[in-house]
Amino acid sequence: MDTLLIAEQALNGLQFGVMLFLMAAGLTLVFGIMDLINLAHGSFYMVGAYLTAAFVGVFDHFLLALLAAVALTALVGLAVEWTALRSFYRRDHLDQVLATFGLILFFNELARIIWGPVPIFLNPPAALAGTVNLFGLQYPAIRLAILGVGVAVALLLWLLIARTRVGMLIRAGATNREMVMALGVDVRLLFSLVFALGAGLAGLAGAMAGPVLAVQVGMGEQILILTFVVIVIGGIGSVRGALAGALLVGMVDTLGRATLPALFRLFLDPAAANGAGGAAASMAIYVLMALVLAIRPRGLFPAG
Amino acid sequence: MTRPRFALLVMLAVGLLLPVVAAWMGEPFYVRLGTRILVFALAAVSLDLILGYGGMVSFGHAAFVGVGAYVVGVLFVHASEYTPILGLTATQNALIVWPLAAAVAALAAVPIGLISLRTTGVPFIMITLAFAQMLFYLMTGLKAYGGDDGVALWNRNELPDSPALADNTVFYYVTLGILVAVLVAAHRMVRSRFGRVLRGAKDNERRMRALGFPVTRYKLAAFVIAAAIAGLAGALLANATLFVGPQYLHWSRSGDLIVMVVLGGMGTLAGPVVGAAALLLLEEFVPELMNLAKPGLGEHWKIVLGPVLLLLVLYARRGLWGWIAGSRR
Repeated sequence: MDTLLIAEQALNGLQFGVMLFLMAAGLTLVFGIMDLINLAHGSFYMVGAYLTAAFVGVFDHFLLALLAAVALTALVGLAVEWTALRSFYRRDHLDQVLATFGLILFFNELARIIWGPVPIFLNPPAALAGTVNLFGLQYPAIRLAILGVGVAVALLLWLLIARTRVGMLIRAGATNREMVMALGVDVRLLFSLVFALGAGLAGLAGAMAGPVLAVQVGMGEQILILTFVVIVIGGIGSVRGALAGALLVGMVDTLGRATLPALFRLFLDPAAANGAGGAAASMAIYVLMALVLAIRPRGLFPAG
Repeated sequence: MTRPRFALLVMLAVGLLLPVVAAWMGEPFYVRLGTRILVFALAAVSLDLILGYGGMVSFGHAAFVGVGAYVVGVLFVHASEYTPILGLTATQNALIVWPLAAAVAALAAVPIGLISLRTTGVPFIMITLAFAQMLFYLMTGLKAYGGDDGVALWNRNELPDSPALADNTVFYYVTLGILVAVLVAAHRMVRSRFGRVLRGAKDNERRMRALGFPVTRYKLAAFVIAAAIAGLAGALLANATLFVGPQYLHWSRSGDLIVMVVLGGMGTLAGPVVGAAALLLLEEFVPELMNLAKPGLGEHWKIVLGPVLLLLVLYARRGLWGWIAGSRR
């Protein structure tokens, strides 16, 4: 019984980890190549989730809705990059923080106007509504699908970055932007591409989060802050670090939530233990981050 | 008289006369709004000490405001239940509670600063945000002190043998006095040797290190001082609103504080005060204006604020105070 429970939570942790990786990959690439800190990255996650919910209503087909939502989110990202953020690449980080904070306010309020303040609960597609038997463990098929898609996208991303010409430019840009520009690469186009890719990945994470969590205003910032923890742990600008950090944070957070309240019940009364255990579980990843930083201030896999 | 000096005098006069005018207009609400502006101005000034003068972009400053507020809240709960805290009787004496709030916030800032200051730039922004989030969750976990819902206070902290602080106008003037005192102290601080080292490190940290200054220690000291002032602001905030809750530590509050500093003009002391006043006044009156255009529209005023912020950052870098005080040269 207990091994099954831990196996289930470990799978949940992995699944959460790959979601965080989808978020972190885009954010860390945008930072690595453009030196841009984009707080509104969480908004793309929210936009992806809301658009999926909206498209499910139109197409009545989850996969189609998801693909349309991801494509549209990438376009939204492109539009944001063109209209708002292009002027901020050369600005200092404080300006970028403020401008993208403004974007968060805008997107959150826009979502609230269009879809209202009430959370939307998205049904998983019929084919994934049941559970799958994994060596005696009844595991929700939708979560397994998310895990599979996450791993597949991570592999594709690795192929793109490690094995293609665009990927080579991305890597080169992250290491030395000026040199790439001097070599005559159209960096603006590269920036736009990477930004749209990051927005699309965030949208994908949001679209897949829809059936597992509620779709609501503010969901973007919740995961954004976790994503920050991920890339700080992994080393900013490094995709490898983002993967390591995402899996680490996903695991620690999920297992912490599963075990800490029970652990606290050993020496506290149940009500207090649930409160304290829940708070301790929420804090676990920040403690992890503090530990990593105390030992390696530049993260596990410092880039460049 | 120079233009900045004149502007400062006007601001002081407005601050001193506001309760009189509010009483004459029969609008006591303005005194409460004024108190909130003063409290947030205090918090924004403290953030500017590290952000504007020290170049440390902390995205978690609201956490220290929250810690200060929780010191008031926790003591209130114990005093109202007549239960001791750490073996001591909980006091409601403002002369003890408020300095204690500042001290606890400063104490919290020591480990946070020690770890965060191992990094600079974007990692620093993210780490301060993450620590603030950690404290946010800590407060939501404090079920004995309201958990998610927070604690409503029945009354303010008291001065010894005097119920004077219960009066809104008296509390307003006390807050104003504290803000002015902090501004004067901060003015001296940024012009002292300590402040010069801090500003030098902002411009070029490597140069200051090469000159032999232990820059990180200076920055940590500034971080802790700023947290102490923020904690004091938190104690005043709890007393002003008669409420303490985790939302005081919410990440968007930290964002608001940065907005106040930059909107007013960072690297100046009057700027954050102007910025706090501007943001809170906008928050108060823009929704009402929007409601006039179409009822119910006002609750969505942030859809206006967002793009305005973006434009401000693009085109008005020096902030309102830069515009009020005129050209520096």
